[in-house]
Amino acid sequence: MVNSPDDRYYPWLPFFTLFRKEILRFWRVSTQTLLTPIVTASLYLFVFGATLGERLNVLPGFSYAQFVIPGLIIMGVINNTFANTSSSLFMSRYLGGIVDLLVTPVSPPQFIMAYTLAAMLRGLLVGTVVWLISTLFAVLPWESPLLAILMAIIASFLFAQFGLIAAIYAHNFDTLSMYSNFLILPLVYLGGVFYPISILPEPWGSFSYLNPLFYLIDGFRHAIIGVGDTSFFIAFGVSIGIATALFFWAAWLIGKGYRLRA
Amino acid sequence: MQLYIRAMSALEIKDLCKSFDGVPAVKGINFTIGKGEIFGLLGPNGAGKSTTINMIAGVVRVESGNITAFGYDNQRDYRYTRRMLGVVHQEVVIDNFFTVDQGLKLHAGYYGVKDDPVWRQLLIERLGLEPHLDKVMLKLSGGLKRRFMIAKALIHRPKLLILDEPTAGVDVELRHGLWEFVREINRQGTTILLTTHYLEEAEQMCDRIGIMNHGELIALEETQQLIRRLSNRQLSLWLEEPVVDIPAGLEKYSPELKENGSVLLLRLPAGERAGRILRQLTEAGLRIQDIETDQSGLEEVFIHLTGMKGGVDGQQS
Repeated sequence: MVNSPDDRYYPWLPFFTLFRKEILRFWRVSTQTLLTPIVTASLYLFVFGATLGERLNVLPGFSYAQFVIPGLIIMGVINNTFANTSSSLFMSRYLGGIVDLLVTPVSPPQFIMAYTLAAMLRGLLVGTVVWLISTLFAVLPWESPLLAILMAIIASFLFAQFGLIAAIYAHNFDTLSMYSNFLILPLVYLGGVFYPISILPEPWGSFSYLNPLFYLIDGFRHAIIGVGDTSFFIAFGVSIGIATALFFWAAWLIGKGYRLRA
Repeated sequence: MQLYIRAMSALEIKDLCKSFDGVPAVKGINFTIGKGEIFGLLGPNGAGKSTTINMIAGVVRVESGNITAFGYDNQRDYRYTRRMLGVVHQEVVIDNFFTVDQGLKLHAGYYGVKDDPVWRQLLIERLGLEPHLDKVMLKLSGGLKRRFMIAKALIHRPKLLILDEPTAGVDVELRHGLWEFVREINRQGTTILLTTHYLEEAEQMCDRIGIMNHGELIALEETQQLIRRLSNRQLSLWLEEPVVDIPAGLEKYSPELKENGSVLLLRLPAGERAGRILRQLTEAGLRIQDIETDQSGLEEVFIHLTGMKGGVDGQQS
């Protein structure tokens, strides 16, 4: 065991500084990182909550707005958490700024947690604002608010890890945008944001159970309205499992310095 | 050389190796930098200098060998070694999102050091950043970006400052100012490891020099000793009476007569002493009025060792 070479060192300060820097980063461009996703979600709410929603009824006992709002909240959380870690880390790699961090005592666990928590903060902030705006269109029953918050936290954590992984593997901006446009977007749309998968004909209904995002969306909605396509505990367990696997994957990549250190 | 190596050195490199895609970039180099020393690592493009520096800084993974900074292993004890090192990278590395002032405060935090307003203000003043504190870094000129990079490398008061060509693309005035500042912090106890494009600067700045070529350390000694040992000297002899023919026995010194035979030019090989030649000339009957010696510098040594021709500028990294 080596002794500290000086007493001016605060071991958690590198983490808090990186965390603060990541928050400042998205805050400085808040029009792009916060306002735009909130406006987009508000348009969805207007279209599906106030106009089309009045003519749709996909779940007995609930208005379409009550059905779709949990999906839109979790979609906001997912997209923004992913966007934060993936764009921040990829830009650092692409522009070379990452070496500024690599030469510092920021440890891999501190690195991951700072990026993850800042991204979660952005995702959950967007989700909260979407929920506040949604109160103009429908009142949610909030059957189990704590479980709903827990599911939102798991979703944001999971996509923060996925964003880190995508940023490390991406070769250029095109590859990075492919992750959100050709993977996350279809999986979100087909994962039951706008409809319960129980109304899908076979085999599409069964295929939907293979979509990992279905469990995040269904679990969150289940906690809010009290019903879902699958048991809450299955949705919770699958989500925790995927989040854990992605965390270890990201931790392995960053701990090893894969594509970060030559 | 032992002069600089104290009980605990600032940096010890042992059998350091690195290859990229099977191509060796650094081939088992060894050197030690003493505390308080200014050490220059020189070499042509692709010699392995930046790879070595990046391994010391932690940007490039060590393939084999050891790097020890102030007694700590830079892989096992990286959290200790990295906070004792300040690095000015060869490429301009800044975070465009933030202002100069924010950038400096963030950097202190990355190193686990609380912001010290007095020290930060000193760096700001010494590097002329005061009028630019609220500018986002994207809007800084190239010279200001370089100055900011030096300030951020020093913000946590490192014990060893690594400068990888800090003056590349910087105008003469700023170069002089930067080197003066580097000397000042060295006098205050900071050890310096630098690479530079400008061999004249290295000659003036460095206590010792290591020259790398093809991933190997081909020279390592005190700057003046290296120059004395490896560079030729020109000896100009003003004669009391002009001569027509060059005295016999001087062929190996490439003799040349100038000024209608009044000046005899001789080129002394490295290690050759002038006294012996003077005795030889006196014995040959030549009466010498005045003597001037001109020693070429590090540039000649560099070209001699690395086999480079046609000057140095733009040929080394």
